[in-house]
Amino acid sequence: MTRSTLYMLAATTAMFAVAPWIIDAAPNEATMGLVYKIYFFHMPSAWMFLLSAIVAGVASMRFLFLKRATADHWAMAAGELTVLFGAFTLVSGPLWARKAWGVWWQWDPRLTSSLVLFLLFVAYNLLRRYGGPGSDKLGAGMAIFSMFNVVFVWVSVNYWRTIHPPTTVVPSLPVAMGIPLWFCVTAFTLLFIVLLRMRARLEHQRARVDALYLAEES
Amino acid sequence: MRALSGICLLVCLLVAPALAQPQPPKDFVAVDESQPGEQIPALPLIASAYGFIWIALLGYVWSVGRRLQKVEGELAELEAKRK
Repeated sequence: MTRSTLYMLAATTAMFAVAPWIIDAAPNEATMGLVYKIYFFHMPSAWMFLLSAIVAGVASMRFLFLKRATADHWAMAAGELTVLFGAFTLVSGPLWARKAWGVWWQWDPRLTSSLVLFLLFVAYNLLRRYGGPGSDKLGAGMAIFSMFNVVFVWVSVNYWRTIHPPTTVVPSLPVAMGIPLWFCVTAFTLLFIVLLRMRARLEHQRARVDALYLAEES
Repeated sequence: MRALSGICLLVCLLVAPALAQPQPPKDFVAVDESQPGEQIPALPLIASAYGFIWIALLGYVWSVGRRLQKVEGELAELEAKRK
């Protein structure tokens, strides 16, 4: 692990350790009460879910069109993180919805498109793990296709009539709610960068091991 | 005739509020002590959401660290062999 990654990991750990107190200090929401505090981890998780899908798509484009082998390592790392942050979003969301909406799940455009994006990246990871030779190019195509679903997830709450709050909620938040939210967004962004670098390093090292085995054989 | 109509109207006006009163309940319904909005407690839901994220995150970091350690060990072994 590089020194900068270690510093970022230390900063992320410190932020996550302090986060419960900052979230606890935030006021309750008028209609939802205490349960809305799930928002402070749910929303940053959802943003990182979409960001990692974009990173996976862009890195796959670089791999497929510019023939950069290392770009595939970044795509694999981001693909795995999409599933991780997607799981955070899709588990914390229904727990919040159970109280706020009275149901665990609604087949509305935002929730359904998020689930589709998550399942696409589960399929991507399975393909990369068990697909065998040629799965890198097929996987890259799949990641690019999946990336475009991010647009659909993002606009779904503003374009269609849905039970999920629109994206305009974030800029309209009162300061007392905005501070913990942006603190958590920063913590999750740092976490995403640290995990992405760690996971990409794993792929770089795997590629070096494979190259050494091939050199030994020849 | 006008007097009779007046009496009928007066009776209607006097009786109408009595008929408009809500009917008493046929049986007693016990309610929980908690407020209607708090029938689903928020705390277990919040604890589950944060708990899941924390546990999954620690598990993932541990998994990546372990895989990285294994690959770097293998790499060091192969490089030592080549020298």
